[in-house]
Parts: sequence; C-alpha cells; structure tokens
Amino acid sequence: MIKVQNLTKQFGPKTAVSRVSFTVERGEVLGFLGPNGAGKSTTMRMLTGFIPPSEGSIQVGPFDMLEQPIEAKRLIGYLPENAPLYADMTVYGFLAFAAEMRGFSGDAKKQAVQRAVEMCFLESVLHQSIDTLSKGYRHRTCFAQSVIHDPDVLVLDEPTDGLDPNQKHEIRELIRRMGQKKAIIFSTHILEEVEAACTRAIIIDRGQIVANGSPQELKQKSEMAGAVTVHVVNASAAEIKQRLGAIAGARKAVIVREEPPRIIARVLPQGAAADGVLARQVFEALAQPGWKIEELHTEEGRLDEVFRRITLPDTTQETQKP
Amino acid sequence: MKALLHIKTIAKRELTGYFASPVAYVFIVIFLLLTGFFTFMVSQLFGRGEASLSAFFLWHPWLYLFLVPAVGMRLWSEERRSGTIELLLTMPITAWQAIVGKFLASWLFLALALALTFPVVLTVNYLGHPDNGVILCGYVGSLLLAGGYLAVACMTSALTRNQVISFILSVVIGLLLILAGWPPVTQMFEQWASPWLVEGIASFSVMTHFDGFQRGVLDTRDLVFFLTMIGFCLFTTGVIIRGHRAG
Repeated sequence: MIKVQNLTKQFGPKTAVSRVSFTVERGEVLGFLGPNGAGKSTTMRMLTGFIPPSEGSIQVGPFDMLEQPIEAKRLIGYLPENAPLYADMTVYGFLAFAAEMRGFSGDAKKQAVQRAVEMCFLESVLHQSIDTLSKGYRHRTCFAQSVIHDPDVLVLDEPTDGLDPNQKHEIRELIRRMGQKKAIIFSTHILEEVEAACTRAIIIDRGQIVANGSPQELKQKSEMAGAVTVHVVNASAAEIKQRLGAIAGARKAVIVREEPPRIIARVLPQGAAADGVLARQVFEALAQPGWKIEELHTEEGRLDEVFRRITLPDTTQETQKP
Repeated sequence: MKALLHIKTIAKRELTGYFASPVAYVFIVIFLLLTGFFTFMVSQLFGRGEASLSAFFLWHPWLYLFLVPAVGMRLWSEERRSGTIELLLTMPITAWQAIVGKFLASWLFLALALALTFPVVLTVNYLGHPDNGVILCGYVGSLLLAGGYLAVACMTSALTRNQVISFILSVVIGLLLILAGWPPVTQMFEQWASPWLVEGIASFSVMTHFDGFQRGVLDTRDLVFFLTMIGFCLFTTGVIIRGHRAG
C-alpha cells in the first residue's frame, strides 16, 4: 500500500530525515519509534503530502504522492501530531466538514459521520463546541476525522499522546482491529504500545532508520533476550555464580539480588540458544540437595533496552557534536 | 466541478466560524456605527443639501484600512498557529482551492456588512432623487476595495502565526496604498518630482481607482486594477504557504 524510497528532507543545512525507505502492506501495523526530534513527524508529513520531500519518492497504492497528490491523499486518513481541530466548530459540524471534503454528501455524509462517531465513542459530545472538550475527546474527534472515509491507509502521529490509560487501551485496540484490513503507520515513544498493537516496528534516530523488524525480532536484539532468571532459596551466592558460570552455553552469570534466604541470579546466553535449552541447563546445574528453586524463566528481551542502546539520548548527541 | 465543491465547503466552514464566535457581530455593529458616524456626523449628510452618497463612500478607504485587516488577520495565521493547516492541506484538495475558499468566505462576510448599510440608501431616496446608478457603482467600488484590502490581509496572515503582526503589516501596506494617491501626498510630491513619476506612483493607489466608482464611472481599468490586486495577493499567499511547507 505504501512504498517509501530514499526519503530525505532538509531544512536549510539541517537534515531532518535521511534516506528513509520502507513499505507497509495491507494488514500491517507499522510502529514508528524514535526519540523526540528524530524525524518521525517530518516523515509522516511527507508521507501525507503536507510537505514535499527534498529527495525520494512516496507511493500510496497505485499513486505517486508527488505526481498525483489528490488521488494519493484520497486514500490516506491522517491524524496530525497534537490533534489539531477547528476550535470554533461543534464535533458534528467538524466531522460533517471533513466528510464533505472527502466527497460525501446527503445521506452518505450522515452515515459516514455516524460510523466515525460510533467507532470513536463521541455520541455524548456530538453537539458540543470543540473548545470545551477534554483532551481525550479532542483526540478522538481528530481520530474520527481520519477514519471518516474508511481509508486504506492510516497515518497516525502519536495517537495516544496525552490520553489516560483507559483511552490509550481503547485507541490501541482500535488500531489493532483496523490494522487487519488497512495499512497503518503510527508513531509513538511508548514502547509497550508497539508490543500491543504493531506487527512491525521501525526505530528511527536522527533521521535514519536504525532498526526494522517485528517487535519479537527487535526484542531479540536485547542483551536480555534468552537470558534465564532463577530464584533459589537456601543456597550460597558464590556457589550459584560459579555453577552457573560453568554452563556451556552461558556467556556470563550474575547475581541480580540477594533477599535472604532467596537469591536471584541470571545467566546470559552465548549467542542465540535454542528454546528452553539454557533453562534446562540452569535447572540441572542448580539441582542440589537442600536448594529450592522457586522460580525459573527465560527472558524475552526488552524493547526499552534495545531502544536505549541504539538511539542516543539528546544530551549525548549535543556533547558529541564537534 | 469538484474544485468548486471544495471551495464552497471551505468557504462555508469559514463563514460558520465567523458567526460561531462574537467576531462577526462585533465587526458588523462597529462597521455600521462608524459608517453612520462619519456619514451623518462628520460629513453632515443632511446638511449638504445634495441627494448623493459621496459623503458615505468618502470614508470607506479609511474605515477598511483598519476593519478589513481585522477580518483577514486570522485567515492563515490562526490556521498555522493551531496546526489545522496540516489537516486542511492533507485533504484531497489543492492549496489554491483552500486559499480561494477562505478568501471568498471573508469577502462574502464583508459584502454582508456592506449590504447592511442599505438604510443610508433608503434615507437619501426618501429625502430626494439621487442617481441610484451612481450609488450602485459606489457599492461595486467599495466591495472591490474591500476585496483588495482583504487579499492583502490574507497575504500578510500567511506570513506569520501571530495575528497582531499580520494585522499591523496589512494596515501598513493598506496605508501605503492609500497615501500613494491621496491628494495631500501627491501634491507634496508634485513640488519636486516629475509629473509622470507622481502619476505612476498614484496609479498603484487604491484611492485613484476608487475615485471613479464614487463618481459613478465604471472604468474597466479600475476594475482590472482591483481584480489584479486580489489575484496578485492571493497568488503570493499561495507562494508563501508553499514556502512554509517546503521548509
């Protein structure tokens, strides 16, 4: 549905986005991750035809965004960052306007508005002025305008920003449900959101793609991926460390915490181990008379760790500059 | 066809926006009060003993100088400040449809305010026998004048997110367009500049071109002047918006 190639955007001497390429097919939900100022919003603005790229091409369905912008834009629903709205309108007035702009009129317009209102739970504020709405409702109103024409492609810039946990959950569910039939791209810096709603994630840092894969694949890049954590009671820490360190597939064994009489230890694997192999080895190594294993589990890896490792925080970025 | 539909939808939204806030009503009341004040109190319409509206139209360039920028200042600056411009321009429309739609909505609003001055026309018709052709011509000129100022305001509002700056810029440009052909200024220039230069500068003034309409002369050159002014300013608005988007 979406094919982006070598997308580059320069603002004066500053390169905001540099040679970004990716594709999103129908049925995919692509999470766009990155620290603030990494170029997420700029990429989305180019994708939706708001700003022209300095270089590169954007293909939406069969249309090229630069050659046939109107046709391409027709296929896209867009929720810009911070959910901008015409504050002087009512929710109904605004959605009716959006529907008209998308070519609906008469009964079809009413139905389109009705459908979007039901999808985003806006019935109770339908005739309220937008400037009196809470942030959650404002966000949902803007979200409703992006799906009013049931678009094939949805581009959502931080769709859950500023919402409370329940609302976040609702929006995530909505994205996941719609993702089965549409091509969706959404940006966020909430990592759990990526795991909850995405089929694939891209991490972008300082304008460049630094990782691209399913949330599972990304988690594999974590140092923690495949590590085995074990809770043992009535044992000596030094002996545990020594025994665990001697395991063939272990790169390193550490004592995470001591909570007498309990000791929590972790073994990091040497490369990618087969499922359950390391856990079995750990179990065998610690099967000593008197020692009691209370808990034993294999870590999946953690996205936040991967994220931190491959994106540099703003502060180091400043100090690294010559 | 689709283009006209989009322009209509945008214009409708913009107009509803005016009337959803007190802006529209405050503007209309102030406009009517001021035109009434200048026509009847300052120009002494009743005391002139002539059945014409020259005392009424005389003030329009000066009134519009401040009131039209007040209407036009938010057209694009508000759109940029609140970020709705991103919403608007990612819809399946072209930028010029949005520019024309927004401009037409404000122009229509000004036309409405102008139309509400009809009691003045009724008054002179009741008191005497004015040439209603001249009056109609005056109204056409006044509407074009308002459109010209509005296009300038539209252009300056695209320049900045700040409505105050947008207002001041368009007042200054409007003032220059008045002064270039205002008799006291042209007379001052005539003392040292060659006549063709003075005339050349004056030909860019709204005063020079509004004058004919007041006297009931519908000159195509004046018509073309105002329409060109509107076209040029809206085109520039488009260029400015394009510039913002390109970064």
